[in-house]
Amino acid sequence: MATHIHNESASIDALHHEHTQEHAHEHEHHHEESFIRKYIFSEDHKIISKQFLITGLFWAFLGGLMSVIFRLQLGFPEMKLEFLRPLLGTWINETGKLDPNFYLALVTMHGTIMVFFVLTAGLSGTFSNFLIPLQIGARDMASGFLNMLSYWFFFASSVVMFISLFVETGPAAGGWVVYPPLSALPQAMPGSGLGMTLWLVSMSLFIVSTLLGGINYITTVINLRTQGMSFARLPLTIWAFFVTAVLGLLSFPVLFAAALLLIFDRSLGTSFYLSEIYIGGEALPNMGGSPILYQHLFWFLGHPEVYIVLLPALGITSEIIATNARKPIFGYKAMVGSILGIGFLSFIVWAHHMFTSGMDPFLGSVFMFLTLIIAVPSAVKAFNYITTLWRGNIIFTPAMLFSVGLVSLFISGGVTGIILGNNALDIQLHDTYFVVAHFHLVMGSASFFGMVAGIYHWFPKMFGRMMDEKLGYIHFWLTFIGVYLVFFPMHYMGIAGFPRRYYSFTGFDAFKSFVDLNAFMSVAAIIAFSAQLIFAFNFFYSMFRGRRAPQNPWGSNTLEWTAPINPGHGNWIGDIPKVYRWAYDYSKPNADKDGFTDFIPQNIPLYQTPHSNLPHEQELAKIQEAEDREMKKLVG
Amino acid sequence: MATTTSIAKYESQKIWQGGNEPFKASWGKLMMWFFLLSDAFTFSSLLITYGLIRYSHVAYDPAVHGEFKFSTEYWPIPEKVFAGVPFFHGVNAPLVFVGIMTFILIMSSVTMVLAVEAGHRRDRKDVEKWMLWTILGGFTFLFSQAWEWTHFIIGENSPMNATRIDGTRIIGANLVENQYGPPLFADLFFFITGFHGFHVFSGVLINIIVFYNVAMGIYDRPDRKIDPGAEPYEMVEKVGLYWHFVDLVWVFVFTAFYLI
Repeated sequence: MATHIHNESASIDALHHEHTQEHAHEHEHHHEESFIRKYIFSEDHKIISKQFLITGLFWAFLGGLMSVIFRLQLGFPEMKLEFLRPLLGTWINETGKLDPNFYLALVTMHGTIMVFFVLTAGLSGTFSNFLIPLQIGARDMASGFLNMLSYWFFFASSVVMFISLFVETGPAAGGWVVYPPLSALPQAMPGSGLGMTLWLVSMSLFIVSTLLGGINYITTVINLRTQGMSFARLPLTIWAFFVTAVLGLLSFPVLFAAALLLIFDRSLGTSFYLSEIYIGGEALPNMGGSPILYQHLFWFLGHPEVYIVLLPALGITSEIIATNARKPIFGYKAMVGSILGIGFLSFIVWAHHMFTSGMDPFLGSVFMFLTLIIAVPSAVKAFNYITTLWRGNIIFTPAMLFSVGLVSLFISGGVTGIILGNNALDIQLHDTYFVVAHFHLVMGSASFFGMVAGIYHWFPKMFGRMMDEKLGYIHFWLTFIGVYLVFFPMHYMGIAGFPRRYYSFTGFDAFKSFVDLNAFMSVAAIIAFSAQLIFAFNFFYSMFRGRRAPQNPWGSNTLEWTAPINPGHGNWIGDIPKVYRWAYDYSKPNADKDGFTDFIPQNIPLYQTPHSNLPHEQELAKIQEAEDREMKKLVG
Repeated sequence: MATTTSIAKYESQKIWQGGNEPFKASWGKLMMWFFLLSDAFTFSSLLITYGLIRYSHVAYDPAVHGEFKFSTEYWPIPEKVFAGVPFFHGVNAPLVFVGIMTFILIMSSVTMVLAVEAGHRRDRKDVEKWMLWTILGGFTFLFSQAWEWTHFIIGENSPMNATRIDGTRIIGANLVENQYGPPLFADLFFFITGFHGFHVFSGVLINIIVFYNVAMGIYDRPDRKIDPGAEPYEMVEKVGLYWHFVDLVWVFVFTAFYLI
């Protein structure tokens, strides 16, 4: 009896809750929003998500183009690049070659843009914003206003970074990690001048954007889940976005501190990172600081950042693979556990980026040990993807191809991580092309594949139209083969000792035998980049002319597909759907007897599917039925 | 029987089952908590920076350095640096002034608690009163810090000054050199107390805005636009959280710079 009363009051509470939300929803629909409020300074998570996506794609194009330019220099060192003069102006010097300082700037900006602007803001910003409210059953983010600010801080940061490309001394050129003293001393190189200042300003704005986005994502997942959407029923996408946001929340503030200290060192004469430096034969007055301190602060962000980039892609993959293999994800709890495990471990391994900084070898071996442990949750994920695919009824949509491609890249790139995580081996391989190959496969390409997969998969929900599949297949195969042809040979070059960030290798006899391979990689890079133009065409064409999407094109279980095809602000018309089951009831035995095909969406009560319920679900079905009856009585 | 136990289990988990607020806190309050968590990481990294740099400097050792005087050779003893009090020029009162500052800031936290409590009682007059005291406390702290900085920057020509390599005395402090010790002593002092001071300054501004809104009755109107779903005066509670956090951080900054 006591239980019963408690039950009732809880239901009344819930009812009340729903009513207030209902009210807020109605209220919003009373007035038509102006164009500016609706599409530019919008507080609707779907619009904000598209803003992040478009900005991210713009940066991806720019970052990719930069890589093509420096690949031309690396692959064809003798080539006359006069034809690039209209684009690059004086960055092509009198001999028709790429200016060496500009080469360094290109490498730096490529890294910064790809890591932060494309794979953090473009990936997390797009899909966390789009999917969190839609998949947990919320009208919008907790705070639409802060969410809007999050985008506009990112926009401001983008503008500053873009301006830095046009500065006379060039953008920042000290590598994307901008280690001092190189980055702290404007007289050290042209790229450490105004370009570096703008880099720091831009990144500070970017951190504010990430913070505003992050607190919103976390709070929304905790407080705004619809009835029945327990953490144990969250789709893995949401788990991944949630942990990603936590990682960002805890690691970006440390980069913020590092950047502020660097700004002081550059502009105000402090010595936080500087000590005993001679430059141009002259001794600087700075004493007592430590450049290693910067490395520690930077990599305390830098390593979690790798997972901030990767986890959303893995979450998206989990969802797409389960949907298109028409099978429940294998080991849901293990998947959640491995996300949490990776998230936790990512904070205690940062010094593996610093094995050659002169750290105590004992400390190095501690960090090696912790680093190698990451292989465990990563392997759990890889095996679970494979076992989900195993004997699945696989449907090869472009999204599915890219997701499977991600799994492939994640494994090939992850395996070399075990080599690099070893502090003895890393001393040989540090700062060689082996490292470049490793992280481009496991973090760069894999995350990019996740992002593209997400775009193909949720395009119908975003724009109400389908992307063209044939172009999608061409895009996939060219990209997949291209990526492998670019990054696989890099391992050999790395083992041979090619250092990264060098402008040219023609001056070294030892590297003569790799000239052809370098040229080959550059051609592959150009092909892979060109394939993205197919995607760009497909994306923008389908946005306006694509086939109209049905409500649930992939036969998917998650809540976003229960919303209207073009959801308005507020997402669902009428009540928010209630959740009765997890998101992975694909190909459930006997579902046909309950009137379902090979999927049962999350909003279908267990008591409507008596034939397909598993034994423990039958009991839950009774509870759900009693609760819903109670609720109906209350609504009257 | 099995069903009753599982119902009981189900009920106990209900709080996380969606459709409600598992921490019994509105999203606004949660956001403030998460922001503070993030800010705590910024301050932690700054204090770790302080610890690391200080540890890498030579510490004062009477056996090696003889009688204590300010020198760029070793890290100064804070008591010798922060020994001035306004209106008592020339009196040696180590850490007295900063002790008073700290006390004022902590008292402003107490008045903030009282403001939040008055908010729970929905007593607008009391909220106004205690918010005002909190703002006053914040301003007093800021002015005290301004005095402390001024005193630190101007310095004085005394036998205690550190000297440059050429033997001339350094007077006062800036970001490049200072009379008390190695350059980084002053760099870190300015940076970290400045960063904290900026937090206090923002806090006072936000407190003023909240005070204004309280006085205008914006938080307890039934038809209010701000926080319509939340408890009245929840905004007072949220800025309260921020204010307590800033105080708490000061305790650590104070410990690092003045006590250790």
